[in-house]
Amino acid sequence: MLSRTAGNLYWVGRYIERADFLSRLIEATLRLAALPSSYGGMTNAWESALEAAWMADAYAARGGAFDEASVGEFLTVDPANPSSIRRCLEAARANARAVRTALTLEAWEAINGAWLDVQKYGTRLEDRDQLGTMLETVKASMLAFDGAAHRTMLRGDAYWFIMLGSAVERADNTARLLDVKYHLLLPHGERVGGSLDYFQWTTILRTVSALTAYRWVYRDTVKPWLVADLLILNRQIPRSLVSCYEEILHRLDQLSTSSARRGPAHRLASAGCAALDQAKIDGIYSRGLHEFLREFIADNNRLGAAIAEQYLF
Amino acid sequence: MPGKAFDEMFGHPGAAGTRDVYAPISDWLNGSPLDVMTTRRRQAELFFRRIGITFAVYGDPDAAERLIPFDIVPRVLSASEWATMEAGLIQRVEGLNAFLADIYGKQDILRAGIVPEELIVCNPGFNLAMIGKRPVGDIWVHIAGIDLVRTDADDFYVLEDNARTPSGVSYMLENREVMLKLVPELFAKLRIRPVETYPDQLLDMLHSIAPPAAGNAPTAVLLTPGQHNSAFYEHSFLADKLGIELVEGSDLFVRDARVFMRTTEGPRRVDVIYRRLDDAFLDPLVFRPDSMLGVPGLMSVFDAGNVSIANAVGTGVADDKAIYSYMPEIIRFYTGAEPVLKNVPTWRCRESEALGYVLDHLPELVVKEVDGSGGYGMLVGPHATKAMIATFADKLRANPDKFIAQPTLALSTCPTLCDGGIEARHVDLRPFVLTGTNGSRVVPGGLTRVALEQGSLVVNSSQGGGTKDTWVVDD
Repeated sequence: MLSRTAGNLYWVGRYIERADFLSRLIEATLRLAALPSSYGGMTNAWESALEAAWMADAYAARGGAFDEASVGEFLTVDPANPSSIRRCLEAARANARAVRTALTLEAWEAINGAWLDVQKYGTRLEDRDQLGTMLETVKASMLAFDGAAHRTMLRGDAYWFIMLGSAVERADNTARLLDVKYHLLLPHGERVGGSLDYFQWTTILRTVSALTAYRWVYRDTVKPWLVADLLILNRQIPRSLVSCYEEILHRLDQLSTSSARRGPAHRLASAGCAALDQAKIDGIYSRGLHEFLREFIADNNRLGAAIAEQYLF
Repeated sequence: MPGKAFDEMFGHPGAAGTRDVYAPISDWLNGSPLDVMTTRRRQAELFFRRIGITFAVYGDPDAAERLIPFDIVPRVLSASEWATMEAGLIQRVEGLNAFLADIYGKQDILRAGIVPEELIVCNPGFNLAMIGKRPVGDIWVHIAGIDLVRTDADDFYVLEDNARTPSGVSYMLENREVMLKLVPELFAKLRIRPVETYPDQLLDMLHSIAPPAAGNAPTAVLLTPGQHNSAFYEHSFLADKLGIELVEGSDLFVRDARVFMRTTEGPRRVDVIYRRLDDAFLDPLVFRPDSMLGVPGLMSVFDAGNVSIANAVGTGVADDKAIYSYMPEIIRFYTGAEPVLKNVPTWRCRESEALGYVLDHLPELVVKEVDGSGGYGMLVGPHATKAMIATFADKLRANPDKFIAQPTLALSTCPTLCDGGIEARHVDLRPFVLTGTNGSRVVPGGLTRVALEQGSLVVNSSQGGGTKDTWVVDD
């Protein structure tokens, strides 16, 4: 496959994943911000959402209130924010269009449809209803794309590069989300049953659609170290770091069987996978959760660079 | 309904009844009320959105520009009409190829005094970089789009040869797909020759012209200027149908006198380039140095005999309108046979006698720029005002070399679905001729273009023309 095509497909995967993550993050934040303060409802819920999206600096530069209307608009339709949902979908579509023949008609239509839907909202959101319906539409479109890709695409380089991009992005998103909230997940200072943090933890789980999963896995009330365990080390959760790395390695394996090439990206992914495989949550806590996540994010960035290098994007 | 021109369905003006080959179409039209036809037209549009060309553009602000109208009444040719046409097309392309090989080689035709030398050497399409070069099999025009018009039952004229990068074949293929869905009953009843073999034949042709060094499994690619080119949908459509990579200049590079493409598996050698990029942009080291679309060093690889380029560089000199007027002599000179397809009588304004005649008869002539295309910059005498004619006469006197003139042909008409019902509209036909080392082939049919405005003779899509499916029906 042409390197340019592979690069475009990899970025289709990444941008789609990012748009999906942003929609879930905003939805979870809407819920958190609406709680009465005695239940942990936070005045700074939107500030914290910006941090989880890694856009706090960009927002500060733009200026604006830390409220639903302003931050919501910034994260969704703001054309000046290069990471807004609108811009993510624009970038996904531009990448997809450049390699239109590498996608099936269904997969292309899902991306093009998502882009068209978001265009309809223009660059401003009128009210909360609009925000809500837009987020629903984006999530549905992203699921439609996954479904179209899964059902219609040849299992070959094109499909694997999209999946590789989305796994790398997903790992990054989960790690950043955890890191922003890491202080809430520290076991010391925890007030058992304290409602304040409880809603913070459930917000994290909601953002990665894992609240119900948590209950099925642990059959326990929400405890911070278990939230961390679930999102870092649990193989059943598709957005956990270990699941993402297993997928990354799997996709790289598939790509190497077709090209008979294993390179630095492979070695980095194998190392990452092995480290997560052997890790225990106690060990991560004793080394420092924050340090662990920082290191993970840096390694994941290195992996992204190595992929681009290895396949000559 | 029949007007003054020959009608594809009704024959001569004033003739009674329907031509035999159109009988099933006539029955179909008579059995379909206007609202049924309008519904079919809407369905056709939907099909185009679903399966076709428009996928790449719909949603774009400029989508309207690129959606070429499709007419659901097919244009039908009988097997015997097609047989003549096919023989004429292959002969014509044979002539074009021999002519190109000669003028970039020994130049016999110039020595024989058949074509004036200055028409070649001063021609912007004559590419000095190709002098003395021989593409594989001495084939220059691998893909030709020959524009034909009809004026009578047996009178087919070549209006224009497109020997550079002819486009429109994706419409031919997509129009057929849509018609198959729309009127399966007609396909069941008639024996309509398929056009869907075109991509296979194209790929086969591209493989046939691979340089000897390529071995048994040559790699072909389609080189596009990129997604901002107006024909990008066709490029991606064809690459997809052929199963070859759609590359841009930056995907290719030259090393050790070979062309490679950058792939995820490392560099991969490229043997044949089906380019949809003009000569001037192909290689910044040889042609336009500011070209960002080409591949530096590409021509040196061609010179070393390690890559084939389709169509060859320099074919523009053969589809020039001034050269066009010499085509009958060119065909006689190289094939020794009479041309099967007629040339429209052409006055070369560069000759003073012809210029005088043209200036005296402007209201009845069509005057074109020798290197123009797309229906721009031409004068259609019978449809022009006195003032327009006067202005054009000045242009002509100032620069006679740039123009040729032809009589206004009574292009045949074909029934076409218009807002008010079925009406006669003028049509032409662009069949596509493929030539490789294993001979020439023409897919039965081509792209029929139709002037949707009543009375208009200009079928170019840039001037409001539409397209029709073209059926060659077995007897």
